[in-house]
Amino acid sequence: MRVLAAMSGGVDSAVAAALAVEAGHEVVGVHMALSRTRDQFRTGSRGCCSIEDAGDARRAADVIGIPYYVWDLSERFEETVVADFLAEYEAGRTPNPCVRCNEHIKFEALLDRATALGFDAVATGHYAQVVERDGRRELHRSPNTEKDQSYVLAVMGPERLERAIFPLGGYASKAEVRAEAERRGLSVSAKPDSYDICFVADGDTRGFLRDRLGSRPGEIVDTEGAVLGAHDGAYAFTVGQRKGLRIDRPADDGRPRYVLDVQPAQNRVVVGPAELLTVDTITGSDAVWFAGADTSGTWFDAEVQVRAHGAPVAARVRAAVPDDGVAASGVEVHLPDERLRGVAPGQSVVVYEGTRVVGQATVSGASRSGSASRTAVAAR
Amino acid sequence: MSSTALEAMTTELARTGNPPSLHTAGRAARRTVEESREALAGAVGARPSEVLFTGGGTEADNLAVKGVFWGRRTGHPERRRILVSAVEHHAVLDPAFWMAEHSGAEIVLLPVDGGGRVDLAALREELAAHAPQTALVSVMWANNEVGTVQPVREIVQLAHQHGVPVHSDAVQALGQLPVDFAASGLDAMTITAHKLGGPVGTGALVARKDLPMTPVLHGGGQERGVRSGTLDVAGIRAFAVAATEAVGSLPERAVRLAALRDRLVGGVLERVPDAVLRGPADLALPPDDGAGSPARLPANAHLTFPGCEGDSLLYLLDSAGVEVSTGSACQAGVPRPSHVLLAMGVPEVEARGALRFSLGATSTDADVDLVLEVLPGVVDRARAAGLVSLGVGGAR
Repeated sequence: MRVLAAMSGGVDSAVAAALAVEAGHEVVGVHMALSRTRDQFRTGSRGCCSIEDAGDARRAADVIGIPYYVWDLSERFEETVVADFLAEYEAGRTPNPCVRCNEHIKFEALLDRATALGFDAVATGHYAQVVERDGRRELHRSPNTEKDQSYVLAVMGPERLERAIFPLGGYASKAEVRAEAERRGLSVSAKPDSYDICFVADGDTRGFLRDRLGSRPGEIVDTEGAVLGAHDGAYAFTVGQRKGLRIDRPADDGRPRYVLDVQPAQNRVVVGPAELLTVDTITGSDAVWFAGADTSGTWFDAEVQVRAHGAPVAARVRAAVPDDGVAASGVEVHLPDERLRGVAPGQSVVVYEGTRVVGQATVSGASRSGSASRTAVAAR
Repeated sequence: MSSTALEAMTTELARTGNPPSLHTAGRAARRTVEESREALAGAVGARPSEVLFTGGGTEADNLAVKGVFWGRRTGHPERRRILVSAVEHHAVLDPAFWMAEHSGAEIVLLPVDGGGRVDLAALREELAAHAPQTALVSVMWANNEVGTVQPVREIVQLAHQHGVPVHSDAVQALGQLPVDFAASGLDAMTITAHKLGGPVGTGALVARKDLPMTPVLHGGGQERGVRSGTLDVAGIRAFAVAATEAVGSLPERAVRLAALRDRLVGGVLERVPDAVLRGPADLALPPDDGAGSPARLPANAHLTFPGCEGDSLLYLLDSAGVEVSTGSACQAGVPRPSHVLLAMGVPEVEARGALRFSLGATSTDADVDLVLEVLPGVVDRARAAGLVSLGVGGAR
């Protein structure tokens, strides 16, 4: 196959490109330039889009012996991932930009362009497995549970999975991947992992939001509406957050307070005790289902995961069947045993059966049985 | 590199000798440098004492912009303005803007017309209003991307009426156009070896001795004390050999390359009718009387392909064995819309589909045939991919 290897400049994508070559594919390396104002050097483990990273990717391509190009996708990245990030926070939700990047950049802009230019597939350094069964491709968790990225990949859906390759899918640990890099003389073998959000280079998400959205002072209130403090912008808070509330008066019972709700219309942040954060019902919008999923609207047993590195919990799930008869576009999740804490609208809820990804949706609301919906954010 | 320049370089590399040394080897090295300086001066219409060797064109441009700015401001703090064309190479633009940030300079970008030629009326007005506050004018001899030849003599005449010195980056021009430093009236001129068959990393600033210039590199005091640093004897010799050869064979080469270029441009426009030739439309060479200059570099063709991303075109052509450039590669190799095209008034979305074809000594009819054969398919494919990545209906 003709394979485009997306090369970030990190060790994972470099090894993935090398493995694609060794699997007999005709491979071309492409580094995506995602920022118009790139830092010259990466600082520690933050960011992934510096000029130094582009140089590391180029050097890795040289060592592997494949052609290498840089494609400028910065405009598209700004229009989709960054714009969504800002709009979601502004709407009182908690976006996952890595999910949006996989959705709009890696497996849409890059994949579509690669396809148009004659490539059969895009290879990335993600930790997830593609399993062929009965002539169709299934997305599974990586055996490397610590690094498993099936959660952020699920958004691509079945059609795009047909044109995706994850050469690191079978690797059980990052140490093995580093060893593979070293064995091939790839100098990125010891490069630190990247964390955080690549376009918030200094890791200060709140500062980034303030720069882009401006200061919007408002109130922090308890569930009764009593004013407890002030904030610079409700957008900077996320459901489940405990730190940084800056409320100088302790709760009457002395227990810590958490963000329960962000209400952008009133520019208000609602805080309260931890137990009010636990939910057993989750609704999601923009659902994506993989082949074999039951989308009839009947309840089925599965597990769900609501955070990139969260543990899956047992769930009853069904595709939401809207009253208007239009094709199911949402999901309803009920947690019979274990409740989840701090489920923030905007995050992804991914449905698994064992290691297999069944579907995913964007959390639109979460509530506890017997209580009114805690978050009443309109579905997009 | 040309084979004669390569031979001169390797012969020289096998010898040791530092030109300022007084022993035999040093004297031999010095003699090589001075003979090369004379040969190079002869090739560009300058006096040997006007040739200052540097480590390439970028260094020579930095020396011209910074050194002349500081030199001219000495005793005249009011001379803050640097006039540069909007289509200069980054080796001129970036030091100019660096001076604005760090040394109190005020940068005036001279506009260009749709063909990339500097607007002389704008220069005239600028000088009439602010000549006493102007440190220097820097306008390239010929543009590296779109091939536009600038009206250097007219620019010099206008500036000299006000006593303002003029520098020109002639890196692209030397070897492709008749370049005569004395006849041009310029005060300083940048040239470099690797554009005319010499080695990478050797260049020169040709500068009148009466031009005030503050050193940028300090040290051993070589090159009139303006450019310190041990001289690269082998590179300098190869530079002189290559320049002499390139200037000597210029008329025939220009005619040959222009004919190839014209066939390329004609063929492309025939096969891809909506492609747009950027830069001067007049491709004609002047009658061979040795004096005139064409409106466009003979080896340059620059076209934009609507609906295509330059980097898609580059990838597809590269895969087909055709090496082109999207115009200007930035340090990270990220193709960005060219500042030259934008200054010419080309809309950004059109500027993204730019390809620059440079022909050289080894270019043949067969090369042009290959381009014309593969280009229509490449453009179709890039156009499909280009529409995809421009996100038509893609973003939610």
